[in-house]
Amino acid sequence: MEDLTSLKQEDNQEPEEAEQPWEEITAASSQDPVPGLPEPLESEQGPETGLQPGSSPPQSSQSRTSTPLNDLTGLGASSPPSFPQEPTSTPSTLALARQDLWSPWKSDKTTSVIPEARTAHSNHLEQSSDKGESAPHQKCQSEGNTFQQSQQTKHHLHEPKDASHNNSKLKELRLDIFQEEDSNSNYDLDHPEPGTSEVTPNMLEIAIQNAKAYLLKTSSKSGLNLYDHLSNMLTKILDERPENAVDIIENISQDVKMAHFSKKLDTLQNEYEMLPIYETAEKQKALFLQGNLEGADQELEDEILTDAHPIQRCRFWGKILGLEMNYIVAEVEFREGEDEEEMEEEDVTEERDNGDSEADEDDEDELPKSLYKAPQAIPKEESRTGANKYVYFVCNEPGGPWVKLPSVTPAQIVIARKIKKFFTGRLDTPIISYPPFPGNESNYLRAQIARISAGTHVSPLGFYQFGEEEGEEEEEVEGGRESFEENPDFEGIQVTDLVESLSNWVHHVQHILPQGRCNWFNPVQKNEEEEEEEDEEKEEEEKEEPDYIGQEVGPPLLTPISEDLEIQNIPPWTTRLSSNLIPQYAIAVLRSNLWPGAYAFSNGKKFENFYIGWGHKYSPDSYTPPVPPPVYQEYPSGPEITEMDDPSVEEEQAFRAAQAAAELAAEENEETEEDEDEEDEYD
Amino acid sequence: MDAESLLLSLELASGSGQGLSPDRRASLLTSLMLVKRDYRYDRVLFWGRILGLVADYYIAQGLSEDQLAPRKTLYSLNCMEWSLLPPATDEMMVQTSVVKGRFTGDPSHEYEHTELQKVNDGEKVFEEEVVVQIKEETRLVSIIDQIDKAVSVIPRGALFKTPFGPVHVNRTFEGLSLSQAKKLSSYFHFREPVELKNKTLLEKADLDPSLDFLDSLEHDIPKGSWSIQMERGNALVVLRSLLWPGLTFFHAPRTKNCGYIYVGTGEKNIDLPFML
Repeated sequence: MEDLTSLKQEDNQEPEEAEQPWEEITAASSQDPVPGLPEPLESEQGPETGLQPGSSPPQSSQSRTSTPLNDLTGLGASSPPSFPQEPTSTPSTLALARQDLWSPWKSDKTTSVIPEARTAHSNHLEQSSDKGESAPHQKCQSEGNTFQQSQQTKHHLHEPKDASHNNSKLKELRLDIFQEEDSNSNYDLDHPEPGTSEVTPNMLEIAIQNAKAYLLKTSSKSGLNLYDHLSNMLTKILDERPENAVDIIENISQDVKMAHFSKKLDTLQNEYEMLPIYETAEKQKALFLQGNLEGADQELEDEILTDAHPIQRCRFWGKILGLEMNYIVAEVEFREGEDEEEMEEEDVTEERDNGDSEADEDDEDELPKSLYKAPQAIPKEESRTGANKYVYFVCNEPGGPWVKLPSVTPAQIVIARKIKKFFTGRLDTPIISYPPFPGNESNYLRAQIARISAGTHVSPLGFYQFGEEEGEEEEEVEGGRESFEENPDFEGIQVTDLVESLSNWVHHVQHILPQGRCNWFNPVQKNEEEEEEEDEEKEEEEKEEPDYIGQEVGPPLLTPISEDLEIQNIPPWTTRLSSNLIPQYAIAVLRSNLWPGAYAFSNGKKFENFYIGWGHKYSPDSYTPPVPPPVYQEYPSGPEITEMDDPSVEEEQAFRAAQAAAELAAEENEETEEDEDEEDEYD
Repeated sequence: MDAESLLLSLELASGSGQGLSPDRRASLLTSLMLVKRDYRYDRVLFWGRILGLVADYYIAQGLSEDQLAPRKTLYSLNCMEWSLLPPATDEMMVQTSVVKGRFTGDPSHEYEHTELQKVNDGEKVFEEEVVVQIKEETRLVSIIDQIDKAVSVIPRGALFKTPFGPVHVNRTFEGLSLSQAKKLSSYFHFREPVELKNKTLLEKADLDPSLDFLDSLEHDIPKGSWSIQMERGNALVVLRSLLWPGLTFFHAPRTKNCGYIYVGTGEKNIDLPFML
């Protein structure tokens, strides 16, 4: 009894002692609970919920059991009257509990249990076993404090009422736990009639069975059942004893469900994984604050970029996606006079190469001279002209350091046209390809940027106009006019016009010739000069005078894009209005079909070009790598080099025979000559 | 991507350079809601956009309760009116494999393809040139199907399989952890598995049958056809397919946000082996 009282919270149930031996007997006989039935949970909402304990056990005997909450039978079938059900957590306690026949009986609280009720009992099933055998006397569990909900109801001495009464109570119990009427009605302390006790347990049993069956019902969706879930949850709560468990009960429930999926217990929390994001965030925050500017991250990046270099104009060019990292590209125009040092170094190395090759030729006089002459390297264009008009800086991430890309050489462009490779994101990756690309990823990137700019940078017609007309035409400025400037009188073109007709857009970047440059470089001239220097030795090589290479011409600057070639009946550009719903605010968007990812857009007055993509040209046919060239005739064929078969045996013998015959003939001739001489002498 | 979280998902996927203008987003939001109601789908996904020459197709898909069941595909030209597409069949695939090039943007456009077919005329067998007409809608259906089968992605743990068969969304999925998110093996193909049976018994022993019932991306051929990157520090992991350029899958680790979108021309990148 003491236990009971200690366990209790304000319940309406009065624990009572039950115990008359005769009751026991009857109880024993009417052991209702089928072993395995969950004990009806008395969810005593106790003080927290402030609910009435609900119906007291129907039995008049008021044996109530406080069952551990694991068995949250909402329906609370009351335990058989004469049984003291126990809610002991362990059978052992049960055994202990059952000491004497006078142990108080607990009535089951048959109030339905709210699943969230906190019960701390883990072994729910014990009760059923307990119920099954023991005698009615059980007591409350040892851990009374945990069972706030447990009903430590008082024992009644009363026997269970008649079956009907019990039944009705049962039904009521099933309905609602908050019905105080039940409890009230249960408090009738009429004398229990032992006789009826046998009947009511059956109803209770059935009720308990039904309740438990319901809880064990497997969910059709997840394969779990409520019974197991609740028991797991309560186990966890009892093990961990969190503070304010009622407030976090939903999270506990969710954690238990999740634990179902993960197999290993990984108690280490990898908090440090989140650090990289904090670092980048810190860096970017510093950038944001530094310039005291507000605006897009991009502008700030450029701001920092401009501080470091003497830059006149800087523009966001676009983003090139890579395998491991991406590139964010900025197009920069340096002020005059910058960046010329690199050029000188290049020239020096070229001269040295030429000197070496000449020396080699002199040494190899004895060996047949190779006729191979490397195609002359086409010198790259000057800075700020042609393909190298702008300098490009790349970074991998906003906030990362900017790296300058080297200038592009025509050879690189020519080969870049023949290969198709993904960018990895690291500038020093070698490009392994056929034909071999002269350079690493930074050069390839620069070459692709040059090609994309040349192919897709367009502006509305009239935005740019040519500068002053230049008088000289033929020799120097063969490639067409280069300079252009903004037209101050540009008034803008209607957006709808921009969308409808492609002739309203013009290229403002020079086209790159097949040679790899924008301005035609005639390699023939130089060859003639060289030949003049080395007349004698190289007379043979005059035959090798390169054929006249036709001058390569590309479309001049500022040609409308309607002149762009189609690819297999696909127009080179697709135009769209950005929005069909509000045409007055829409902007015209031009999408390139040749370079997927290149966009140009304009709202009539202002325009912009940019690129986001993988950096490759579109071709409807699949890429085929170029075939290696046929083996080159390096050396002139002549008797010195031509292989001949070794003579066969017959040939050799015939040869020797012939030789022998010749010798004989020679000897005879000599003899005859000698004879003749002698004869002459005699004469 | 889920139509419910459309705006957030579009933001997260925008690193690949494909976005939608505000009015299209607004129209999508409303029209996808209506589609969900009218067709009674459990979930509606905005699949993406196929760029045509004249117009673009916006594609959406509707899923039923079982996530692996065949999906219904709808297309629209203006993000408002959606039309149902027929389900894909193998013959369609064979038929459209001969068509190359861009989509035009006109669903009634027909591609002409001349084939040499053997015609039996009595005893004579001769070849005739037959012009086969293939509708653009058919091509659209089969391309969408191919892309789904090849490169649609779902993270491990987002779906689970019940013993009865149907596959459900896992409500307790809280996102991959950072270390898991960087590995290609934590992502699965969102389609019926084809390679699971080929795994060795040792490997199978490590699998959890309720979670590991799909093919992982790890063993895709050619190796390296996925580019996996972390953006914004470690706050977002983005997978891009190199085989079908334009497919982007994003996931914010430790959150439930994940999804994929395809914006591209609808052509396979056959040059992939040369490009790696």
